[in-house]
Amino acid sequence: MIKNISNLGDAALYCDFGTEVNKEINRNVINYFNNLRDSNFLGITNITPSYNKLVISFDLKLTSFAKLKKQVENLELKKNNNSKNNLIKIPVCCAEEFALDIKRLQKLLKINEAKIYETFFSKNYYCYMTGFIAGMPFLGDMDKSLFAKRLETPRVKVPKNSIGITEQFCNIYTFESPGGWNIIGKTPVDIFDNKKNTEPNLINPGDTISFYPISKLEYEKKYE
Amino acid sequence: MKKNMNKNYFEVLRPGINSTFQDNGRNNFYHIGIPFSGAMDNRNFLLANTISNNEINNPVLEFAYQGPKLKYIGENISINVTGDVNFKIIRKNKNLEFSCYENIILENNDCLDILSTNRSVYGYLSIGGTFEVDYYLNSCSTNTKAKIGANSGEKLEKGQIIHLKNIKKILPKNKIEYLNSKIENIRIIKGPHFDYFSKDAIHSFLSDEFNVTKLSDRMGIRLKGPKISNIKNTNIKSEGLVKGVIQITADGDPIIMLSDHGTIGGYPKIGVVITADYDKLVQIPPGSKIKFKEINLKDAETIFKLYEMETQNLISNIK
Repeated sequence: MIKNISNLGDAALYCDFGTEVNKEINRNVINYFNNLRDSNFLGITNITPSYNKLVISFDLKLTSFAKLKKQVENLELKKNNNSKNNLIKIPVCCAEEFALDIKRLQKLLKINEAKIYETFFSKNYYCYMTGFIAGMPFLGDMDKSLFAKRLETPRVKVPKNSIGITEQFCNIYTFESPGGWNIIGKTPVDIFDNKKNTEPNLINPGDTISFYPISKLEYEKKYE
Repeated sequence: MKKNMNKNYFEVLRPGINSTFQDNGRNNFYHIGIPFSGAMDNRNFLLANTISNNEINNPVLEFAYQGPKLKYIGENISINVTGDVNFKIIRKNKNLEFSCYENIILENNDCLDILSTNRSVYGYLSIGGTFEVDYYLNSCSTNTKAKIGANSGEKLEKGQIIHLKNIKKILPKNKIEYLNSKIENIRIIKGPHFDYFSKDAIHSFLSDEFNVTKLSDRMGIRLKGPKISNIKNTNIKSEGLVKGVIQITADGDPIIMLSDHGTIGGYPKIGVVITADYDKLVQIPPGSKIKFKEINLKDAETIFKLYEMETQNLISNIK
């Protein structure tokens, strides 16, 4: 449930669901997000779910903080409105040239490469949110044995479609971008397709992701 | 379709520093990481289309600092420039001077040279007609980071051709009397992490001057001034941002989110610029000094109503 709704400036609601990061809280956030998407409340311009907050921005010409706050408070939630959420399988190639930080991780975590990948591929991951750059999914939770710090010096350019891990999370770089996450592989699948005019993003908040390994040959085939 | 549809076009002789096509922006895609974008200075965008008798959401060409130099080929067309902009038309080797906020006629072989914005950042070129541009997710607004929108998500480039369509008959002058006033005091509302900062830091934030640095663009304005020291945590769990949010980085410097901002962020939010001051905020060029003034939500809402009335008043006084 929403613990508190305050104003973020004069044209947005800041809905606080708590301070921890866990799936239960985030499912609540996503449930509100999905319900609000269906609500058609006048004036809403954007709804941004994150780990434990939901920011709703609106057009000040059409509504106001007080009006929209009341509507959100009185919103009748369809329970577990997660029909929009899917299980998505993502292939990952862990060839040396893509796994930029696997050597660093072996040293840091004191586990060998095979075990790192076995652990990584054995779990399903939950998408807490997407964003920062277009389509980038923030996935969790990693197995505790793979919790690793960010790089001390972030890379100026992380290659597009790289899979990165840090602390309890992993993500996929949807564009070439600066970044400090530990890169363990690369997917041939475009997670954000800027040529597609409807649903350009493959992964939505609330989706479940399972990664599976592919060889360099399969990677190259998929890219063709 | 008419056979001669593409006979009217601009050739880009000089692209300018950051020239992009923009409209009202993209709604409802923050949750997949796509920012609002759209024209930075909403009022000047609105006035440009109004003077052109266009639909409010018609694409315009936005430029920053130095604008483009465009050669026009085609039938006579009405154009107008809004903002505080210095521009000229070169016609048969003669330099002709014109003012902003009124329709002027561009003839075949004319060269429109948008020299610079004066002590401001953004200006707009609108035409009596439509720039032929690509749409993506219901908007033509170019976002160069996600590479989406008009011009394949890129800035204007030298040598490219901009096709025009739906050319209107020559329009009346439609002159608007408008002076782009400059402001130094930016009004803000307290952000959700106001209490992350010491009393001294807040006092300094609300009373000292900050310099607008060169690291400012359509994504954000970076400021330098007294360090705003954090007493709780320099990071928060990443969460949604909106236009005008002021984050304090781990170094203690404020950064204001603008129209192309990353949709989520992990720095504490000390405040948010009020909607009514946004147009003026984006026009403050690097090298300027600004100060923040805190007001409450009710006052911000009233000030926005006044801002809207002023805009409507400008539009109704077209001559």
